[in-house]
Amino acid sequence: MPKNDLTFLLGGEAGQGIESSATGFAKAIAHAGLHIFDLRDYRSRIRGGHNFAQIRVSAEPVTSHRETVHVLLAMTEEAVRRHYPQIPAGGAILYDEAMPVEDAIWEAVQARGIQRFPVPLRKIAEEIGGAAVMMNTAATAAAAGVTQFPFSYIEEIIRVNFGKRGEAMVSANLKVADAAYRYALEHYAAGFDHTIEPIPGAPSRMLLNGNEAFAFGAVAGGCRFAAGYPMTPGSPVLEWLAGHANQYGLVVKHTEDEIAAICMAVGAGHVGARALVPTSGGGFSLMVEALGFAGMSETPVVIYNAQRPGPSTGLPTRQEQGDLLFSLWASQGEFLRVVLAPGTHEEAFEAGWRSFNLAETYQTPVIVLGDHFLATSSRTLEPEALDLSAVKVERGKLLSPAELDALEGEYYRYAITEDGVSPRAVPGHPKAVYVGEGNEHDYQGRIAEEIEDRVALNAKRLRKLETARQSMRPPKRYGPAEAPVMLVGWGSTVMPALEALRILNAERPTAQYLHITDVWPFPAEAVAQALGEARVTIAVENNALGQMARLIRQETGIRLEHFISKYDGRPFSPEYIVRGVREVLHA
Amino acid sequence: MPSMKDLQGRDRPTWCPGCGDHGVLNAVKLAMVNYNIEPHQLLIVTGIGCGSKLPQYMWVNGLHTLHGRDIPIATGAKLANHKLYVMTVSGDGNTYGMGLSHLLHAARRNINITSVVQNNQVYGLTKGQYSPTSETGTVTKTSPPPAGAIEQPVRPLALALIAGATFVARGFAKDPRYLADIIGKALMHRGYALIDVLQPCVTFNRVNTYDWYSERVYKVEEQPGGYDPTDFAAALEKAQEWGDRIPIGILYQVERPTYEDHLPAIQEHSLVELGVHRDTAELERLKREFM
Repeated sequence: MPKNDLTFLLGGEAGQGIESSATGFAKAIAHAGLHIFDLRDYRSRIRGGHNFAQIRVSAEPVTSHRETVHVLLAMTEEAVRRHYPQIPAGGAILYDEAMPVEDAIWEAVQARGIQRFPVPLRKIAEEIGGAAVMMNTAATAAAAGVTQFPFSYIEEIIRVNFGKRGEAMVSANLKVADAAYRYALEHYAAGFDHTIEPIPGAPSRMLLNGNEAFAFGAVAGGCRFAAGYPMTPGSPVLEWLAGHANQYGLVVKHTEDEIAAICMAVGAGHVGARALVPTSGGGFSLMVEALGFAGMSETPVVIYNAQRPGPSTGLPTRQEQGDLLFSLWASQGEFLRVVLAPGTHEEAFEAGWRSFNLAETYQTPVIVLGDHFLATSSRTLEPEALDLSAVKVERGKLLSPAELDALEGEYYRYAITEDGVSPRAVPGHPKAVYVGEGNEHDYQGRIAEEIEDRVALNAKRLRKLETARQSMRPPKRYGPAEAPVMLVGWGSTVMPALEALRILNAERPTAQYLHITDVWPFPAEAVAQALGEARVTIAVENNALGQMARLIRQETGIRLEHFISKYDGRPFSPEYIVRGVREVLHA
Repeated sequence: MPSMKDLQGRDRPTWCPGCGDHGVLNAVKLAMVNYNIEPHQLLIVTGIGCGSKLPQYMWVNGLHTLHGRDIPIATGAKLANHKLYVMTVSGDGNTYGMGLSHLLHAARRNINITSVVQNNQVYGLTKGQYSPTSETGTVTKTSPPPAGAIEQPVRPLALALIAGATFVARGFAKDPRYLADIIGKALMHRGYALIDVLQPCVTFNRVNTYDWYSERVYKVEEQPGGYDPTDFAAALEKAQEWGDRIPIGILYQVERPTYEDHLPAIQEHSLVELGVHRDTAELERLKREFM
């Protein structure tokens, strides 16, 4: 009997409470010591449409969802129609017994050997709980019953989630959950193959998404100021920071627009606070002029762009990696910006604090490119996975008040240096009175139009490009070194890619994965070296034009031979990558 | 206390001889002298335009930024270090055109910064196009005859009042002492202050000249019967008075908690003072929230 290896899918309309039920359900299973990968798919609307949460449960750590669904909790007919093709024979659809579904769909379900598990969800919710809204509680409890997952974990989560709303609410939900659980257990558990069994002695784990990991990392790295304008999928970072601002000593500002957001952050960065701007591509587009100002005035600021498909409003709640080359060249003129592309929750946390070190060390904007898949997917992590002992604070050539006190002679903000980085003072010290300049200027910060000044200062700023390259990490390489195929990707693609490697390499070493996290200044030598050892190269990118492949060609002269592309607004699944690799190999 | 000499910049202004910006520069320096503000205690954030080069021509912390964006940049600076005096200095095109929404939001926030707007009713640095405060009918290269400027001019002081500014004033560049007094009071005021400055452009605006303004301006506090700057209705009336008579002085000043007053994180220390180091135990606690 398959134990502790299955996927639930909760599907229904927006407004039915799927999102919070799924979160509670995933947490309950995580508390039982199991690993979770929780993928979210939702539409840009408040009510209606079709949303779902796909929760993969495993005894082993997992880094991605899988296409196969074992238990579908269908709150609507549409959920059945869309998702039954993902269910293998023996899998089950759990639904309210009164939910109307077309005969043709049920016939198709029957033909695939999928089981139907009707449960009186509405009846239980209304008659025992007194409100139809408790159908969600009933549905997740029934899913637990079907898989024989001990009720105590469901009970614990209900107590935590509804505790704030009073004992009556807790008690009503518990009664509903109990009735639905018992109904499913008694009627269906015996006939269903998959079970979830708690793992005794498992450590307590975190369950968090990439946005939360990044925001936590930013706080760990001394972020004190954040400004943003709500935009999916970046705004949860703003919300999370706002919710923690008073306790952790931050000022978080929801601004009138994204231009104001980055401007406030640049102002805060100029006077010495670590400042963050969470956004998505559309917001980042508005910020471009101020990005250039930060580059010219040499002001540290961190921009977190959780990418979504564009152009324009595009697909607001979906996945794409389409902003890579835009990030590298956004703004008029030439200047250093550092671009990081974390791919996992651990890397998102690390980018959270590391980005501020890079911004202050090189006195320039740092762009962290996340994406919808990483931003919104939750994963279980051991607490040590977000390594607080690794967090370092590096402020580069920032002069302390004591150093300024001891300063002999004049302070020059844009002093010409060999590495391009000038000693930085923040306003407030009598020995460091200066003007930060957005016009071209001389080493003192005086507006300057002479050829010598322009050349000296532009060259100084651009020397930081080579200096910063030394801080860029080489790509990470996964899989057996002797595998002939090298997949090349960046950002969150690593998560399904790692699972794809397990499938591809099950019989013999077939594929390895080159994961580029530090995008700019490009670690060209390390990438070229890795690619030089590969027999077949395949770019894997959530975009149509192969932006990383183009960047690699630009920076190393190496042309990746093949391209597994996806620009349908949905993330890669491991299976999709596997199919892509096999197509290349069998072509 | 700084002297006028202490505030002398490295470079001489590049403004046209007779430009109203010279008067504004003098007034800013005088305000610092009169109110005992040292150069390192003040940050002047400016946008883009002739007048936005002001910090280059005196000795003070400056940040010369982008067209229209000085107010949000100043807001961020203030929120990060509210122990600095923070002021913006920019023109009418910058502040009432590109940056108008930022002005209104700063006013309703009551962030404790002072905005000095050099209002010459024309674009100087780009050579003579009409501005948001140009009178209807003004003929320029971008508002050619016969119609000239078609829009109604922006009435900045009325807008600031409606948006919730707690200090609304107007000065005249020809009278730097009077303007300096307003600027000083605005810097001492706790909350958002807008000072619109009548600042003649001697090159591109041949209508709104020193003489044109001199014939029309009067000081509100000198009007018969006196003037109560806490009277919102009176202020709104004065803010819309334009034409034969133009009021200058502090039209409105009231007390209201500033934006910073509402932020628990910075009641004791500024964000800059709080620094960048986090306590590991505090972060371990945060981790448990995800469990």
